[in-house]
Amino acid sequence: MPRPATAVDVATGLPARAGVLAWLRERWEIVALAVLALAPLVVPALGGALGGQMTTLFIYCILALGLNVMVGYTGLVHLGIAAFFGIGAYLMAILTVPMYPFQIGWLAAAVVSVLLTAGIGLALGAPTLRLRGDYLAIVTLGFGEVVKVTLRNLEQITGGMKGLNPVPPPGAGVKVAGIDLGLAFAIDPRWFYYLSLLALAGVVVAMRRLEHSRLGRAWVAVREDELAASAMGISATRVKLSAFAMSSAVAGLAGCLYAGSLSTTADPNAYDFNRSIMVLCAVILGGLGSIPGTLLGVAILVGFDTVLAPWADSLIQQMNINPLGSSLLSFSGWRLAIFGLALVLVMRYRPEGLVPSRRLAAELREAHP
Amino acid sequence: MSVQFFLQQCLIGLTNGALIALVALGYTMVYGIIGLINFAHGDLIMLGACLALSIVTALGLAAAGPTATWLGIAMLVVVCGLFCGGLNLAVDRIVYKPLRTAPKLAPLVSAIGVSFIFMNIGLFWIGPADRSFPELLPAANLLPGEGLQFTWKDLLVVLVVVPLMVALSLLVKSTRLGKAMRAVSQDATAAALVGIDVDRVIAATFFIGGFLGGAASVIYGLYINTIGFQMGFQNGLYAFTAAVLGGIGSIPGAVVGGIVIGLVRALSSAYVGERWTGAIVFAILIVILVFRPEGLLGRRTREKV
Repeated sequence: MPRPATAVDVATGLPARAGVLAWLRERWEIVALAVLALAPLVVPALGGALGGQMTTLFIYCILALGLNVMVGYTGLVHLGIAAFFGIGAYLMAILTVPMYPFQIGWLAAAVVSVLLTAGIGLALGAPTLRLRGDYLAIVTLGFGEVVKVTLRNLEQITGGMKGLNPVPPPGAGVKVAGIDLGLAFAIDPRWFYYLSLLALAGVVVAMRRLEHSRLGRAWVAVREDELAASAMGISATRVKLSAFAMSSAVAGLAGCLYAGSLSTTADPNAYDFNRSIMVLCAVILGGLGSIPGTLLGVAILVGFDTVLAPWADSLIQQMNINPLGSSLLSFSGWRLAIFGLALVLVMRYRPEGLVPSRRLAAELREAHP
Repeated sequence: MSVQFFLQQCLIGLTNGALIALVALGYTMVYGIIGLINFAHGDLIMLGACLALSIVTALGLAAAGPTATWLGIAMLVVVCGLFCGGLNLAVDRIVYKPLRTAPKLAPLVSAIGVSFIFMNIGLFWIGPADRSFPELLPAANLLPGEGLQFTWKDLLVVLVVVPLMVALSLLVKSTRLGKAMRAVSQDATAAALVGIDVDRVIAATFFIGGFLGGAASVIYGLYINTIGFQMGFQNGLYAFTAAVLGGIGSIPGAVVGGIVIGLVRALSSAYVGERWTGAIVFAILIVILVFRPEGLLGRRTREKV
């Protein structure tokens, strides 16, 4: 019996692809994970500052995947994700720093703060999710500002501009096979590299499972047409609320890792509107609703700031074309304009992003009258 | 905390509120007509303030006599108004117009992008540090007695804001263009069907909103006396909050909202503390959106298919 000419992807209803690229597309995360897991054995620099930078990159990837649940899958614009990132970091710190009486241990603290962050997301989402899309964007933005101002001003609780520290490393005081885990985490950045890589891998797997689950499909249905989705018996409010909670929880997890890896919450400005917008840019540039796209977007943005801009700046310095040090002739002086232009151009010519989710691409290409 | 102190704060709030209202009008008009939250509006005003500062410095207005100063201010309002109006118009033509039929996310994200580009231009224009805007007006009190302070600066705000608002409401109420604007904001397709050039109306809206913003930028410089490339974000947010509070899309709503936000800011700075002001304003915004999403003067609209 002849097979049908084109197989159909069950999840999207679009024709399935074949070939090496398609295999890579389906299994890219295993390849990436293997490369990243082996890297510290080959690249000695990962035991130094580079290891810390990679850890931060993984943490931003987790944060962006959290935001992707809201913006990509469910189509709700969220402009305050950094607030939940910050809430996660501060809860983690409050539960572990010596100045508070809790000190419940790293893992327990991480679990509790992720759950609490999700709860705060629910508390904000429950009354506001019936708002129109663009109003919701403003509520999340306003919430972000309220959180930042509160973190800065409640000095007795949050340490003000100094932040809370020291956040002890995971496994402080625990000895496994003669190695003090806490000490190992504190000395060698590769420990945090692996911990955050593990967390990122876990989040990616969870997101892939979620995408095709009943809930994930409900998110997409609400994004595509809320009215039609509710006509099919989906409770739009509950679905949106679950997206909000999931987003907050994942952002909270990223916050925990962030505070842990820096051993401080840093000052509240680390959780301001700029951070939210940069993460949003990463998700949009990479591809809304697409896991590889989101990860690529973060890599590009972080790479721009930590690799490309310093490299281009030093190149300009060497070529000696900017003896007066004018900001017009330094590459990093154009950072905002480059990001802004990228956003405008992507929205105009490729609204589905660099590595699009095929389903969302189809939706975005179809003109809405 | 006397009654007089309270009244003084109210007066400050009213003047501030008038300024916020002028910016809020730019948000509300654009939203009313194409449903876009114009994120770049605050940064447009920042650029207007940069231009005003450059002109004041180039002409040496700080050393001019009283007549020349007032003439100079009038000229600044017109020039910066035209500049911001024209820039807003150009951005609409280049960036937003091709996205008219795209999903709502696209123009919103583009507006964030435009705001970044504007900020970068501002950074190149006036540098990363805050710049002080010269004091052009005498600080003398215009009210009799020692109690309440109402200076030339406050008078200037009233002198610019009130005529502009009267002109705007006349324009919207009684001209052909105004009628067309109201028609497009109600239903763009139906407006096009009866022969209204929708693109022209949208362009006019962007120009008028930008013009009001440009005027606001001049008053901002003269009244607050400090400008910086990041001022657009915060001020834009306050103004947007005012527009939402009044009922976004409603012109009298933006004015009422602006004045309420001005009062809230002044009173919370005086009684709670300056550093909490931002949090209080946004907390109010969230509460309003939750309990009365249509705003104080807005119409209740239902989501349509």
